[in-house]
Amino acid sequence: MKLSLGPIQYFWDRDTVMRFYERTEELPVDIVYLGEVVCAKRRALTTKDWLDIADRLAARGKEVVLSTLVLVEAASELSRMRRIAENGRFRIEANDMAAVSMVCNRVPFIAGPHINIYNRETLKLIADLGAIRWVPPLELGGDAIAQLQSQRPEGMETEVFAFGRLPLAFSARCFTARAHRLPKDSCQFCCADHPDGMDLETREGQQFLALNGIQVQSGHTVNLLPELPVLQELGVDVLRLSPQSKDMETVISWFRRAVDDDAMLEEAAVAVARAGSASPCNGFWRGAAGMDWLAGLNP
Amino acid sequence: MNRRLELVCPAGSMPALRTAVDHGADAVYLGFRNATNARNFAGLNFDNNDMRRGIEYAHQHGARVFLALNTYARVGQWADWTRAADTAADLGADAIILADPGLMRYCRERHPTLRLHLSVQASATNPEAIGFYARQFGVQRVVLPRVLSLSQVRYVISGAPVEVEVFGFGSLCVMVEGRCALSSYVTGESPNTCGVCSPAKAVRWEEAGSVRRSRLNGVLIDVYGPGESAGYPTLCKGRFVVQGGADQSPAYALEEPTSLNVLGILPELLKSGVAAIKVEGRQRSPAYVGQVTRVLRTALDACMHDPDGYVVQPEWIVELDRLAEGRQHTLGAIERAWQ
Repeated sequence: MKLSLGPIQYFWDRDTVMRFYERTEELPVDIVYLGEVVCAKRRALTTKDWLDIADRLAARGKEVVLSTLVLVEAASELSRMRRIAENGRFRIEANDMAAVSMVCNRVPFIAGPHINIYNRETLKLIADLGAIRWVPPLELGGDAIAQLQSQRPEGMETEVFAFGRLPLAFSARCFTARAHRLPKDSCQFCCADHPDGMDLETREGQQFLALNGIQVQSGHTVNLLPELPVLQELGVDVLRLSPQSKDMETVISWFRRAVDDDAMLEEAAVAVARAGSASPCNGFWRGAAGMDWLAGLNP
Repeated sequence: MNRRLELVCPAGSMPALRTAVDHGADAVYLGFRNATNARNFAGLNFDNNDMRRGIEYAHQHGARVFLALNTYARVGQWADWTRAADTAADLGADAIILADPGLMRYCRERHPTLRLHLSVQASATNPEAIGFYARQFGVQRVVLPRVLSLSQVRYVISGAPVEVEVFGFGSLCVMVEGRCALSSYVTGESPNTCGVCSPAKAVRWEEAGSVRRSRLNGVLIDVYGPGESAGYPTLCKGRFVVQGGADQSPAYALEEPTSLNVLGILPELLKSGVAAIKVEGRQRSPAYVGQVTRVLRTALDACMHDPDGYVVQPEWIVELDRLAEGRQHTLGAIERAWQ
């Protein structure tokens, strides 16, 4: 089973991103997804910067994938996406049909979690178009994924979002700017001040959601490490760990140990549960409300 | 200019269909009574007999019928979705509104002459994505997600080889439709999977003294003081506290309860080449559908008759605001400042 590091969802400054991926060169992940997926205005790194990072990671034996923007509205966004899609060296993760359109029937690609694949027929379609790996929609339950595993097209790899805050929704509106009472068009890049998003709580102080620019995330952090035996039994090929600003190295290393050695699972689960600051959830995987944390044996 | 803007109205039931047609809808859209459409609410929608009668009634009165088959087929239940498509084709629906690419391929192969519309739930917001659906499946119309500004709508029209339908009135989705799992995060059910958002069965109202609280699966969505009017607790329209934000008191962090209303920019939409205006609200009463259809019919006729002389009549706005969520309206993302 491979581990991947998903694209950074937040607006971290250039130095932080550079340092993060320098460290990643040494970390036990097999696949690294790079690039801005949330907001086209975030340009701390140029396309060349991303490709340089990609080269360095590839030189250290990592599989590098370039992730593309989820909400695509402008001509400039499409032309940037086309440059990424036609880079000629690295595969892309399509998060919108525009990206699928640019690569299908031409080069193999990864269908990201925002391409809506909910059934065997659509999975077959996306495979026919050239997808070699898919990330199920985040709300798709473990039972559905299990059924699709038994029917998946030959050669199709499955990657499950296993750790991190879930990117649940996208809007035209920038919620971070709204929270700071700034217009989107002069947002002052205020999202840079919130390396894990802004916590949104109910009036009873319940941790609920997180605001990350035009994206709304889960307040809780998905943690599927305790489900590892089932994920392995199902033949899931890749577990995706989504970058958070704190304790990422700890999370990666404990996932690695648990994947490589069954005996480490319990210890790893405790360590990962302590990492980060948000409380855990696994409801989507268990077929329940996504925010729920259902402990105990997998049904 | 000799362009026409088609008025597409919701039909959640036979009486709603009749009243929409009677009040001047050019087309109505409707769904079967199951999870195959995005308004899968108790007591709504059509069985086969109603569907046949509804299509007959609409056609007799010169209106078209679009079948909304716009959820994503569930694993193991594919036949429910294909059966709905087959039935709609047999009954003579004028188009099927689809979101699931696998289902589009099925319809293209099985019903090659059937007109396909791309549902808003397919999240297609740019010419490249729309072009993909046109090339792959022969899609002839796209319903645009409510996230584009007017200039972005124009950009889509200039680059996409299909007709463009935009929402004109009704509840406002703040998120890109088809890419929102907020409802399933809270309740386990979402538009994509179950055809519902913030489902009624997860709603609980609590009254304590003069204060009312609305909850969705236990999560506090809003609190209403004495005299405050309380709306349906759609989770993105509640009041919350954002840590580190400018407001330390609870605020509408995502969106207020409000309705979309594009009457103010009808001439711009007409001139930009929009093909159709859609009214949201299959869950609404026939009376609501009748009133909204009548006002929009009047406004569209005035606009098409003389776009440059078109003026929004105050009584249209008064009548629509009375029906609107939160009794107020917005242009939503069409207006850049909203974003």
